[in-house]
Amino acid sequence: MIDFLQLIVSGTATGACYALAALGFTLLWQASGTINFALGEMVMLPAFIMLFFIGPAGLPLPLAFAATLLVSLLVLGLGFKRLVVDPMLKHGVIPLVIATLGLSIAMKQGVRIAFSAQVFTFPAIFSQELLSIGGARLSVSDLGTVIVAGGLVVALQTFLNRTLTGRAMQAVAQNRDAATVLGINVQRMVLYAFLINAALAATTALLVTPVYLAKFDMGDTLGLKAFYAAIIGGFNQSRGALLGGVLVGVLENLVGAYLSPGYKDGVALVLFLAVILFKPEGLLGKPEERKV
Amino acid sequence: MLSRRTTLLLGTAALAVPQTSFAADDIKIIDNVELSGTGVTSGSMWQQGVDLAVKEVNAAGGILGRKIAIQHQDNQSQAQIAKAVATKAVDNEPYVMLGPIFSGDVNVSMAVGEDAETPTLMGGEAANLTQQGMKYLFRTSFSQSSAMPKVANYLQKTGVKSVAMVWIANDFGKGGRDTMAKELNARGIKIVADISTEPGQLDYSAVVVNIAKAPADALFAYMNEEESARFLIALRKLGYTKPIIGETVLASQRVIELAGPAANGVKAHVGLSVDAPNPLVQEYARKFKAAYNVASDHNGIKGYTAIYLIKAVTEKMGKFDRKLFASTLHGASFSAKDHPGLLMDVSFDANGDLDRESYLVEVKDGKQTITETLPPLGKK
Repeated sequence: MIDFLQLIVSGTATGACYALAALGFTLLWQASGTINFALGEMVMLPAFIMLFFIGPAGLPLPLAFAATLLVSLLVLGLGFKRLVVDPMLKHGVIPLVIATLGLSIAMKQGVRIAFSAQVFTFPAIFSQELLSIGGARLSVSDLGTVIVAGGLVVALQTFLNRTLTGRAMQAVAQNRDAATVLGINVQRMVLYAFLINAALAATTALLVTPVYLAKFDMGDTLGLKAFYAAIIGGFNQSRGALLGGVLVGVLENLVGAYLSPGYKDGVALVLFLAVILFKPEGLLGKPEERKV
Repeated sequence: MLSRRTTLLLGTAALAVPQTSFAADDIKIIDNVELSGTGVTSGSMWQQGVDLAVKEVNAAGGILGRKIAIQHQDNQSQAQIAKAVATKAVDNEPYVMLGPIFSGDVNVSMAVGEDAETPTLMGGEAANLTQQGMKYLFRTSFSQSSAMPKVANYLQKTGVKSVAMVWIANDFGKGGRDTMAKELNARGIKIVADISTEPGQLDYSAVVVNIAKAPADALFAYMNEEESARFLIALRKLGYTKPIIGETVLASQRVIELAGPAANGVKAHVGLSVDAPNPLVQEYARKFKAAYNVASDHNGIKGYTAIYLIKAVTEKMGKFDRKLFASTLHGASFSAKDHPGLLMDVSFDANGDLDRESYLVEVKDGKQTITETLPPLGKK
């Protein structure tokens, strides 16, 4: 039972990081119909930007994160929208998907050239101590990750459901034409979605890199898992991303511990296939009809 | 707006890989090395060690008056690319080939050097590499069949009766696991958990919970650098408290640097260490640190001594002859007194395996501490 609790907590921590990245997928899809396959690299890049601010620039971690957040908003939010999505989206979804795949390769190789293909250590944001709860020894780092990631998801949900801007963003996601008629500045709402996506990616980088270590290809696995999580939970539901992420993280741990570590990486793929076959809109998603 | 021609030129320039060109009188050495992919941590250290030695040897007049021209070729840590690199390399008729470092890459590419009768000094440690009758293949570090008995002896000496084993599922890890299992069985030490992990694995929580459940007196972990560092971080994060034992990589300088405080307490047998109580090794460590602003690990020493081994063998022969090089090195011994660049006395057997002294270490306060110096196996 104690092992089980440890597995659930550490799986939830891993899953919460998948969920943060998956939220980026769902937000961009809802706001602009963008499928972003460079999401893993959008987590990797802030990790290296933070390393730059910590190392050569000599900033302490909190300031380095703040500076990275700013750069991410500009480059991965505003820059990504203006330079990649806006010019490509008018040609349809497929060219945009290909563009994001190209962007992912460019970002990886760019970081490889700038920082080398080596792996880099990254400062931990939480204490490395253990808490003893009910006989189970739980990592402060895992609990901290769950709290930060969970808090962000709750804050985002509150923002989307309880504020005027959030509701306007949802209106844009549901029907752009109707939102325009209602006087909502659609372009601004879409931009907000890109900025939130960039902020989520930078935060994910802060949470996962101390454990995964910084490497130019660190986004490969994370991006893929986040994509699976978004599909499993429901591509058109932010809550779905949370469910999908946590489900993948926890089940990976349980399968790894009780079946075999060798099957662990297959969990997300099996869930993904099951959802595609039996509930294609995702566990919490709503079926969408589109005119063709 | 850039013209099409300018764009093409810029693209070509960006794609061009800078490579050393060979002059007629140069000693051509081609290094088939892991400079990207999962082996980049090992390969980069090896490359830096090689470059440092080449610079020193050339500055001191080269080998028999000729300068070394080294060309590093990235095999991307992929066995098939390593074989392609070796195949392309032999077309250039190098005097000696270096690398690869990963056993899987060596396994697939070593026949190329053999067919071309080109001596190959590689960094792989899997036991089977030198057990296939290759005449041109030589090690730069211990074989697993030399190192694992020392680790098993240590476990037996410290009263360990049962062990949990975690290893990486590649040629290096599987070879180490099989050799270690044989040595543990021979000493009556029970293996109570036997867990394989994936190259490039990021999350080890499930593995840690599994080994924590196992009724083991100690953990034996055998993985490559990045994976070792992530595994140690996960072990400490989840509060694993039993002794953690490894062989060379687990307590290497690079793993200590990456894992940070999580590496403290790890005990290991290491074949090469910059913290060895040996003035030549310590001088090498100082030069490496001055050149690259980073501490060398065992792969750096392997690359460095490989170049000096070429020098020692060639000077012993008095001429450049690939076939003679291989036959001279089989069964040869070299002393560090006569060849300081070798750093330690070393001898080679008929299979190309080497023998020299080694160390038991413990990581304390982020540093390797030598706890015991073990004599070469040939001296026991």
